[in-house]
Amino acid sequence: MNIASILIMGGIAFLLAAILVILDRYLASYGDCDITINDSKTLTVTGGQSLLSYLMDNKIFIPSACGGRATCGFCKVNIPEGAGPLLPTESPFLTRSEVARNTRLACQVKVKSDLSVIIPEKYLSIQEFKTIVESIKDLNYDTKEIFLRLDEPEYISFMPGQYIQLKLPDSDEYRAYSIASPPDSNNFIELIVRLVPGGCCSGYIHRDLKTGHKVSFTGPYGELALRENSDKDIICVGGGCGMAPFRSIIRHLFDTGTKRDVKYFYGARSVRDLYFVDEFRKLEREKENFSFIIALSEPDKDSQWEGEIGFIHQILDKHLQDNNNAEAYLCGPPVMIDMTMQVLLSKGIAEEDIMFDKIQ
Amino acid sequence: MNLFTILFASLFTSNIALSYFLGMCPFIALSRDIRTAWGMGCAVTFVMAVTAAINWPVYHFLLVPFHIEYMQYLSFILVIAVSVQIVEIIVERFFPVLYVNMGVFLPLITVNCAILGISLFMILRDYSFIEGVFYSIGGGVGWTMAIIAMAGLRSKLTFSNIPEPLKGPGITMIIAGIMSLAFMGFAGIAGL
Ligand SMILES: Cc1cc2nc3c(=O)[nH]c(=O)nc-3n(C[C@H](O)[C@H](O)[C@H](O)COP(=O)(O)OP(=O)(O)OC[C@H]3O[C@@H](n4cnc5c(N)ncnc54)[C@H](O)[C@@H]3O)c2cc1C
Ligand code: FES
Repeated sequence: MNIASILIMGGIAFLLAAILVILDRYLASYGDCDITINDSKTLTVTGGQSLLSYLMDNKIFIPSACGGRATCGFCKVNIPEGAGPLLPTESPFLTRSEVARNTRLACQVKVKSDLSVIIPEKYLSIQEFKTIVESIKDLNYDTKEIFLRLDEPEYISFMPGQYIQLKLPDSDEYRAYSIASPPDSNNFIELIVRLVPGGCCSGYIHRDLKTGHKVSFTGPYGELALRENSDKDIICVGGGCGMAPFRSIIRHLFDTGTKRDVKYFYGARSVRDLYFVDEFRKLEREKENFSFIIALSEPDKDSQWEGEIGFIHQILDKHLQDNNNAEAYLCGPPVMIDMTMQVLLSKGIAEEDIMFDKIQ
Repeated sequence: MNLFTILFASLFTSNIALSYFLGMCPFIALSRDIRTAWGMGCAVTFVMAVTAAINWPVYHFLLVPFHIEYMQYLSFILVIAVSVQIVEIIVERFFPVLYVNMGVFLPLITVNCAILGISLFMILRDYSFIEGVFYSIGGGVGWTMAIIAMAGLRSKLTFSNIPEPLKGPGITMIIAGIMSLAFMGFAGIAGL
């Protein structure tokens, strides 16, 4: 290696870096762009990032359960102008009529020019909450129950069944967790978090989160929300960590003395995955309009399980009579929701009476 | 060697994908539909031509006079990395749909061995500047042709009954092998 080679390689690297810097300055920056919201409010931003991130920066929170990875399809907004062509990452989530109405996924649309966006009124009331971890409890080998006391604002109003998006400290990542507490205890919320192997947020909650820590979340979100004014019977179907919304819904229903008939179907793999069973069994003994049905898909041989065995949609099929006129609430993995939907529709439950959250 | 022979040979007889099997990773991964394949092909061709045109003078006017030819790998890779960055900035700005379609593969062009291969072969075979440029364009178009042909074949495969373990990359490798055999038919016409 002689001095010439160092100089020449250095020179080449310098020149190339200079070209990149210049291009970055003039092509990769989009200058100031105006985002007009619902024809009333205008935000001026330096373009280049996703619409979702600008809205969040400006405290406008729209549902984004997958954190902007285009896997949940929750972040739909209408963008009449300035969104650019529809991207292949968006099309799987949009129906034809949505495409015709210029509905887009806010996490995928990059702001490159002035743009106007219509955000549903209900999203505008979603707030950011600062909380303090009051306690953390192990429910089983991979699930914890977290109590968060609200600090600022001190109160939250939500409908049983809805979820919040917890912010990972020191990052811009959010993850959705259903609220497990009923809405009348409005200055704290309870979450049930299952550890996903290798998962960043559930990993953080299980490993690092301790009593007294501060965390923030945004919410409440979600179409899976109890219809309080209806008098139809209620069918709840949950699998895995899909227990949380039903703990909120069922506790709220019986706290307010409901006369509606409530059936809760819960699917898990084996006995060691179960939690809160005693609590629901006690409620079942006390209230004659509540029944709790557990189905295990792979019960251990030595656990002497005497309840139902199979997937939850099969057990549901067995227990429901035809021509049912109930309302159904579902929460669990996407496959479970899809199979359960089929069963419910075949039993005569109307599509508009089925509400669900796909957890993924 | 005349320019036409170089172009023809790099397109058919010495097709960079099908006779050297270079650039296989995007060749397999992005040959699922024709539009994406075409986009990737254009990006690869562009980067190949630009990098060959820069690498030739870098080699002959900087590395040779100072007797540091052994630095060619490092300097070629630097040039390629920066060119890919430039293409990325341009595609993101002007062709957002293509940008999303190519996803992670656009930055991956940097480590696409076909691109480095073209520059190294050009030096190895002692091409003049013009010959080098023709060779690189031929190489890029040849690669594009191969990936589009593959995408066309794979779109027909959607309706075929493929044994389960061969679905996806497995059958693609087998098809690439058969295509490569077919391209050998050109071998007698012109060589490099
Ligand atoms: C509406 C809604 C409500 C939700 N409610 C709850 C809840 O009450 N309790 C709860 O624990 N979770 C809930 N989730 C899931 C939660 O939002 C996170 O997806 C989950 O905690 C994993 O996040 P992570 O950051 O730990 O994993 P990530 O780092 O995001 O993922 C790590 C890896 O695990 C995979 N993965 C992600 N989620 C799952 C999963 N559920 N099972 C298997 N593999 C997975 C990913 O594909 C990835 O490869 C809900 C999700 C939605 C959309
Ligand atoms: S945030 Fe999930 S798709 Fe946009």
